[in-house]
Amino acid sequence: MRRWWITVGLLCRKEAVSLRRDGVLLGLIVFAFTAAILVVANGVKAEVSHATIAFIDEDRSTLSRQLREDVQEPYFQTPVVVDRETARERLDRGTLIFVVDVPPRFEADLLAGRMPSLDVQVDATAMTQAGLGVVYLQSIFLNRIAEAMPRPVAGPALPFHLVPRIRFNPNAESAWFSSVMQIVTNVTVLSIILVGAAVIREREHGTIEHLLVLPVSASEIAVAKIVANGLVIFVAALLSLLLVVHVWLGVPLAGSLALFALCLFAYVIAVSALGMMLATVAPAMPQFGLLAVPVYAVAYLLSGAATPVANMPSLLQAVIGVLPTTQFVSLTQSILYRGAGLETVWLPLLVIVVSAVLFLLTALVRFRSMLARQG
Amino acid sequence: MAGRPRRSAPGRAVSGAVSVPDAPAVPPPAAPGAGIRVENVGHCYGKTEALRDVSVDLPAGTTIGVIGPDGVGKSTLLGLIAGVRRLQGGRVLTLGCDMADRREREAFLSRVAFMPQGLGKNLYPTLSVRENIDFFARLFGLDARTRAARIGQLLEATGLAPFPDRPAAQLSGGMKQKVSLCCALVHDPDLVILDEPTTGVDPLSRRQFWTLVDQLRARRPGMTVIVSTAYMEEAERFEWLVAMNDGQVLACDRTEAILRRTGRATLEDAYISLLPEAERAGASAFSIPPYRDPGGAPAIEADGLTKQFGRFVAVDHVSFHIGRGEIFGFLGSNGCGKSTTMKMLTGLLDVSAGSAKVFGKPVRAGDLESRMDIGYMSQAFSLYEELTVRQNLILQARLFRFSAGEAETRVRAALADFALEGVADLRPAGLPLGIRQRLQLAAACINDPSILILDEPTSGVDPAAREMFWKHLVALSREKQVTIFVSTHFMNEAARCDRISFMHRGRVLAVGTPDELVQARHAATLEDAFVAYLEEAMAGDRENVPAGEAAAGPAVAASGRHGPATGLRGWVARAYAFGRREAVELMRDRLRLLFAVGGPAVLLLIAAFSISFDINTVRFTVCDHDRTQASRELVEQFRGSRYFVERAASPDSATLEERLRRGEVDIGIDIPVAFGRDVAAGRDPAIGLAIDGAVPFLGANIRSYAQGVVMQAVLTMMREKGVVRTEAAPVQILPRFVYNQEFRSVYAMTPGTIMLALILIPTMLTALGVVREKEIGSIINLYASPATVGQYLVGKQVPYVLVALVAYLVLVLLSVTLLGVPLKGSFLALSFGALLYLFAATGLGLLVSAFTTSQVAAIFGAALICLIPGVNFSGLLYPVSTLSGLGYGVGMGFPAGWFQIISLGSFTKGVGAATFVTAYLVLAVSAVVCMLGARLMIRKQER
Repeated sequence: MRRWWITVGLLCRKEAVSLRRDGVLLGLIVFAFTAAILVVANGVKAEVSHATIAFIDEDRSTLSRQLREDVQEPYFQTPVVVDRETARERLDRGTLIFVVDVPPRFEADLLAGRMPSLDVQVDATAMTQAGLGVVYLQSIFLNRIAEAMPRPVAGPALPFHLVPRIRFNPNAESAWFSSVMQIVTNVTVLSIILVGAAVIREREHGTIEHLLVLPVSASEIAVAKIVANGLVIFVAALLSLLLVVHVWLGVPLAGSLALFALCLFAYVIAVSALGMMLATVAPAMPQFGLLAVPVYAVAYLLSGAATPVANMPSLLQAVIGVLPTTQFVSLTQSILYRGAGLETVWLPLLVIVVSAVLFLLTALVRFRSMLARQG
Repeated sequence: MAGRPRRSAPGRAVSGAVSVPDAPAVPPPAAPGAGIRVENVGHCYGKTEALRDVSVDLPAGTTIGVIGPDGVGKSTLLGLIAGVRRLQGGRVLTLGCDMADRREREAFLSRVAFMPQGLGKNLYPTLSVRENIDFFARLFGLDARTRAARIGQLLEATGLAPFPDRPAAQLSGGMKQKVSLCCALVHDPDLVILDEPTTGVDPLSRRQFWTLVDQLRARRPGMTVIVSTAYMEEAERFEWLVAMNDGQVLACDRTEAILRRTGRATLEDAYISLLPEAERAGASAFSIPPYRDPGGAPAIEADGLTKQFGRFVAVDHVSFHIGRGEIFGFLGSNGCGKSTTMKMLTGLLDVSAGSAKVFGKPVRAGDLESRMDIGYMSQAFSLYEELTVRQNLILQARLFRFSAGEAETRVRAALADFALEGVADLRPAGLPLGIRQRLQLAAACINDPSILILDEPTSGVDPAAREMFWKHLVALSREKQVTIFVSTHFMNEAARCDRISFMHRGRVLAVGTPDELVQARHAATLEDAFVAYLEEAMAGDRENVPAGEAAAGPAVAASGRHGPATGLRGWVARAYAFGRREAVELMRDRLRLLFAVGGPAVLLLIAAFSISFDINTVRFTVCDHDRTQASRELVEQFRGSRYFVERAASPDSATLEERLRRGEVDIGIDIPVAFGRDVAAGRDPAIGLAIDGAVPFLGANIRSYAQGVVMQAVLTMMREKGVVRTEAAPVQILPRFVYNQEFRSVYAMTPGTIMLALILIPTMLTALGVVREKEIGSIINLYASPATVGQYLVGKQVPYVLVALVAYLVLVLLSVTLLGVPLKGSFLALSFGALLYLFAATGLGLLVSAFTTSQVAAIFGAALICLIPGVNFSGLLYPVSTLSGLGYGVGMGFPAGWFQIISLGSFTKGVGAATFVTAYLVLAVSAVVCMLGARLMIRKQER
């Protein structure tokens, strides 16, 4: 057993030297964990934010101007005034999401109690903005109109009031979420590709075959590859979390960092082993590249980093429950935002560990048949 | 140093080691266009000097051999003469064309043929013999009739006519070289440059190859042929010779003149006498003590050993025994099963039938202990290119379980034994073949194995190094009783083995001592005996029709010169040649086609079924401190909502928070003590809503839903209490959800996923295109042909656009039928956008490929560059119009967002081409920009 570890150690060192030689690859890794995280964190707003809105103002009254002025950042961009045709065209081109149609004599009708209507057109293909955006607009407009009425509107005065507090992210800031989720995505993509492609490269260059005539077992080669490449990704991801996400972006990290590091390590091993498994299936690099794309793209879509798992069909949710990526996203949210401990995340962690073992075993079983097929 | 060459006569280089006072008639100074003139050329790879101030002047219309050991700069010189390598210093005029002048060089490339070192290195393995030659013919712009005629003639002349449809990968080494030669000659060049064409080729094929070259030259006497070789006996057939050593030219003259001047009988001796004094030593012959079998079980026993790959029998009932300490040689043409037999003995390959035993024990795959005793050297270089020579050896020693100190000692000894000290800290990538092979042998011997299995260890190794190599082997065998099992193509090496075995097409033809085999065939030499055995074996299978007989037809060259097609037609024809080849390769690769079309489909289906913004299961817990009618009514409202699902109630606020923290619930409703009483008294109590904001988008939605539910509760409560609102709201706010009235995610997500799938997969299709050719080496065909980088790139792009277009059609079909997302707008407008988009995506892939240096980096780069903007900044989840800052810039600059406008517009909004004009334009421009970028990144010459 001691021999086994020494061999793994030797091969790990070799992997490290190999990796250091590929400048472009190292550059890409650094980019993935720094600039890419920042761009996504600053650019992506999952909530209603900076939404485009236009007014078709056929009233041109004080009230219609006031309504316009009340629509403000951060939820909405400053409204533009357009004619009906432009509005339609810009909705078509996707450069507008909301169009408020203030009919002629709106203010006059309102004051006269004729109950005019205010049309709000919403581009419903902008799913993240449309639903909530309308609710926000309604409340903005109702407030302004209530003020504009000569005598106070006897609305349904609440007999009590609500104090909603959003926990773990009081201002519902997207950057807190998207920065961490981008790290997870990068870890997934990188682990699958780095380890898988490294195996194929060694196969194409005949170096794996060379190792297998030495007193080196397939398990030593596989584990060394996973550990060495995994360690690089692990360290890069952890540094990125601390320096880029925590220090630079100022995202508070609620839970135990040690616990998160443990889970991250398990996850990196699991996806690296998945990459190795894919590599034993693909005959050469071009096929491997194409095989990897749907794997990481689907893992991402189903992970809960893109859209919440709770919204998915229940049948699918059962399947997703065993995907390591989804489990990792779930436990990341628990630990880093909610500050949960091991007692909460043990189940997802277990799923990750089990899948790591399964992937690794499959890869090992296929390892030799892969070499034979080459012959 | 004896002295740097100085130019004593125009174009004559003379090394200080040789003085040529009475040089024979040097051809008159070459007129422009006549010969090959190299003046004061130097060439460096990093710090290594490959050529130093080299000057030669050679006549046209003759055969020229370039001789010298490995790593003296032969290949570099040939590359410079052919124009495939960038000139660093000095001047090269080939057939009167200045290689430093881009225009002249490009015009000249159609007159030259360059065959790189390495078996079939410039061939495409999945293409057939005819397709390979046809590709080169098209590259040089031959029209259909000329192509057909010339390919037919060349196949006849080379004896390849019986199997034009066999893929190059399934050819033996000798046949590969013949196909390579056909590829080189198909455009009827004035100058043919062959870099070590017979290295690693069996003797029969070698004979056939040279016969072929002679015949082809006889038909076109004006053709100049330059060949580099490490086989001195082959070099004697050339009219002119350039002898090189250590980056310098020792002599450049007619062969007979060199022999006469040095006064030696053979070229081998002549070459040695040309070397500087200090390097001449060590070339003396050595003798091998006779072999005595020490008894005991044989070291290696093979009985009826058979290996089958599918239907192909690679090794067919092979039996032999090798005694301890014996040197056993394996001879045979390439692809005859030598390597496969060796791999079975090492346990690398499983045995299909029969048995293999080492020291009396059957070979087992997982047996690590038995490997401690075996040294194996594979045919292709299989150490790490990215480690230095020393690092490679240390790794090898450490893996053989030597301690760090012991490994150090052994490596030092190995570096000395195999004369590798000078290169110890260099990486093997830049080293010549011979030195790389020496390194491999050093690695195989590092553990003092009892058995050495060496697969063509001396292929491409120069004579002096081979001598050293064999002295080492003999010492190991006779002094340390190491059993040596070696395969080779060199007859003088075979003659040194204790016993040899001739192999052909998976079967053993004969086994015995070299003398026995020679006598059995009544042959003069071992080579003749081998050829006799081979010809006998081939009589049955018609596999290798010797060249010659068939070549009696009309002279190939008589068909006349043909200018390559020029202008636009010529441009398109060359791009078509690349594209056609790429397409044929792609069509043969079923798996890649499947992934290219199936991958996007899988992605679409999963995304369509999984992604949903409809919130339907918000889990809530109640902490009711009040427990009155009023509080229960409020909770009832949440229970009644289809969005909310109740989880067990929380006894106190702390539990509520804890359950939120554990992610068991999404929202906690905290109803204060005396809530009911306060409401009744109009004291306006506060209800706490604690919402999980880990996913902020979800948190904001839950808040809004909860507020809606509570509002409903209040209205109900009031109605029950008889508080009826007298006044309606003064205004009606009417939201109209356009394009997607039902607000269903699938309508919004399907067009977006098509966008995503069509950037991720087509980009990956082309991302390896260039970098893979760089790694494999077939990019040399671009360097050596008159085709431009632009033609090459377009040829690499178009077939993939077509495949991706099929994937696109499948996606549209799936969306409309299976997913039920109607295509409201114009199919043509969408398809036109898709076409432009696919050009942009595949162009982006090529750009990544041109930029990166390894396949791994290319795959990772393509994945990252497409996934991040594709998912975040292209309108899949978040509309581009709401992005700000850098994100907006990325979104606007990346093609995916523009196609999203077209996809969403066509599917869901039902708008037409007029709306998409800007998007079309941007997509077209980004396609062009990507291709131009890639064009600028790829050089037309090697460094």
